[in-house]
Amino acid sequence: MRKVGLFVTCLADLFRPRTAFAAAALLERAGCDVEVPRLQTCCGQPAYNSGDTQNARRIARRVISAFETFDYVVAPSGSCAGTIKLHYPDLFADDPAWRTRAENLAARTCEIVSFLADVCSYSPRDVALAASATYHDTCSGLRELKIERQPRALLSSVKGLRLIPLPDVQSCCGFGGTFCVKYPSISNAIVDEKATNIESTKADLLLGGDLGCLMNMAGKLRRRGSAIRAFHVAEILAGMGDGPAIGEEP
Amino acid sequence: MTRAEADTFKARAGAALADHHLKTAIDRTTRTARQKREAAVAGWPGFSRARDLGARIKDHVIENLDHYLIEFERNARASGAIVHYASSAGDACQIVVRICRDAKARTVTRSKSMLGEEIGLPHALDEAGLGRVETDLAEHIVQLAHDRPSHIIWPALHRTREDIAALFREHHHTPQNSDDIPAMVASARRQLRGGFLAADVGISGANFLIADSGAVCTVTNEGNAELTTTIPRVHIVTAGIEKLVPSLPHAFALLRLLVRSATGADITQYTTFHCGPKRAGDLDGPEAFHIVLVDNGRARMLGQGLAEMLRCLRCGACMNHCVVYNEIGGHAYGGVYPGPMGAVLTPVLDGLETSRDLVHACTLNGRCQEVCPVDIPLPAMLRGWREKSWAQGLEPVTQRSFIGLWAFVVTRPRLYRLGAGLAIKTLRLFARDGWIRALPLASGWTSTRDFPKPARRTFMAQYQAQKRNRGL
Ligand code: SF4
Repeated sequence: MRKVGLFVTCLADLFRPRTAFAAAALLERAGCDVEVPRLQTCCGQPAYNSGDTQNARRIARRVISAFETFDYVVAPSGSCAGTIKLHYPDLFADDPAWRTRAENLAARTCEIVSFLADVCSYSPRDVALAASATYHDTCSGLRELKIERQPRALLSSVKGLRLIPLPDVQSCCGFGGTFCVKYPSISNAIVDEKATNIESTKADLLLGGDLGCLMNMAGKLRRRGSAIRAFHVAEILAGMGDGPAIGEEP
Repeated sequence: MTRAEADTFKARAGAALADHHLKTAIDRTTRTARQKREAAVAGWPGFSRARDLGARIKDHVIENLDHYLIEFERNARASGAIVHYASSAGDACQIVVRICRDAKARTVTRSKSMLGEEIGLPHALDEAGLGRVETDLAEHIVQLAHDRPSHIIWPALHRTREDIAALFREHHHTPQNSDDIPAMVASARRQLRGGFLAADVGISGANFLIADSGAVCTVTNEGNAELTTTIPRVHIVTAGIEKLVPSLPHAFALLRLLVRSATGADITQYTTFHCGPKRAGDLDGPEAFHIVLVDNGRARMLGQGLAEMLRCLRCGACMNHCVVYNEIGGHAYGGVYPGPMGAVLTPVLDGLETSRDLVHACTLNGRCQEVCPVDIPLPAMLRGWREKSWAQGLEPVTQRSFIGLWAFVVTRPRLYRLGAGLAIKTLRLFARDGWIRALPLASGWTSTRDFPKPARRTFMAQYQAQKRNRGL
């Protein structure tokens, strides 16, 4: 049995536990032995993308130590998985011992949907949701991890769910981690265009694989008075689409 | 607002965001460019191989720059050209102005060249009292409006057709009497023809410098470069040293990538090779042919981890596909080069201190690298600049302390758990109907979007409780 360490991600931990519960449930259904290491916090992206390499390294070392005993590390986020997979090894370019450990971990790190599809050959059975949805490819997942086909394939086995293509799907939603705080007005202009495209699909639901981006788009849709509800794709695949959407937490 | 404040990136971006006319102008051009590029790439099964080859050609030249510079210079001299080296923008302008003076020139024509903009040549020519005629239609518009280019392929992209019609009517001797595009082009042609014919010196850029023949290749869509370079007595080429290629087939391999990525066309309307001055028996051509090879920070980039940036073909695809560029346009960047490639180059040219905003105002979404015809790792380079900015202490104190404090907490899981529980409790106090409409310290977000109310307890807390209940 595959031993999987679930990397919860700080956003799921703080704002959307349902996403992490969905990920854990899916991994179990796919036959994995799931564990949630208690020493995890965040992958360190805010430090890394701000140029604070020293802190990024300190955080990375902790993540590596907490997860390196698992067969796989799986995260419900393309950007956190991408950070561990692609950027941790670079962080230790001048430190051979840690570089080896970072590379070992990188080789076993995956984003949840692509892991289910590519490693576990899993697709949901007996999951139904009578709704229409549009799917946004979040940028790190799409470009760093090449996740594009897998979520669509898995969503197509959800009975009753109709996928409507999102116009200009490849363009960024304007979240960008600390970017949306540092340059809020530019970020807003970008997400406003994204929201126009999402609304044009007239879908019931907006789906995606990264909570940061989803919170950005859902928050904009809500401010515009749109009725489109947002879910992490893992929640839909786990049959949790009848629960509260983002922003509907009790 | 003081002048210094008005001239910050944020102020310029803010002004651009408020300008709906600008947004219309940007969208009209970049949307078409994206569609055309996509069609061109889709219709080219060998694109990804060609892209790899393009990157390899450029890398090879950059690694052997000395060799190809010497070879190019030798062959260019043999063809009768006079070769000059300029290490800085100032040197380059001085050389060009001196050549003009020696030729007793009164007027010069110029065809579009980003390097000319980079070294501040238009300004230097004006300062030297030389009459300057911009022959590229868009550069002509920029000159009439006393503007700066806002895109490297379409310098006047920020102006709508309606703006331009008004501008021509105001400035042209015999302006168009209808505002359809052919009439406007004809008006510009009438205006510019005289300048073409009277000019003493023609100045052009180069897309490729071909080492094994000493020839210079330029591509345009208007044919203005040909008139700029064949009629005047003296022709000056200014080119960055990274434009070198070993031989003609290499130039063609890169040209295919350049043109498809820039406009989606198969080939530009005009692709011209210049090799030396007019020879005995030639019907036309300049009497003297000068080539000014410009470094201006390029050699230094090799040692700054920016060597891959020297692959750049100046196609503009990265900005056409950039969400930030598409909202704020080119002028907001404040440098000569806008968009993703500009955000990497401006710190080299103007210093990181004044351009640190550029390297941060990016979501690192990676689309620029994806569409770049020579696969330049633009996001990684921007991140590299952020690292330098952090290490040099250029980042604001608030930012440093925030990241420092946050890192302190995330490296202490128990403290983190405690803080997380507290944070969501506090956040929930601000929520109404599942959403937070206003949040102190996060007004950048909440002034334009709602923020979702967090769940009652963190995932970790809920998960541990479940485990305990199950007696695990
Ligand atoms: S960085 Fe790449 S996409 Fe951008 S202008 Fe240069 S060659 Fe074109």
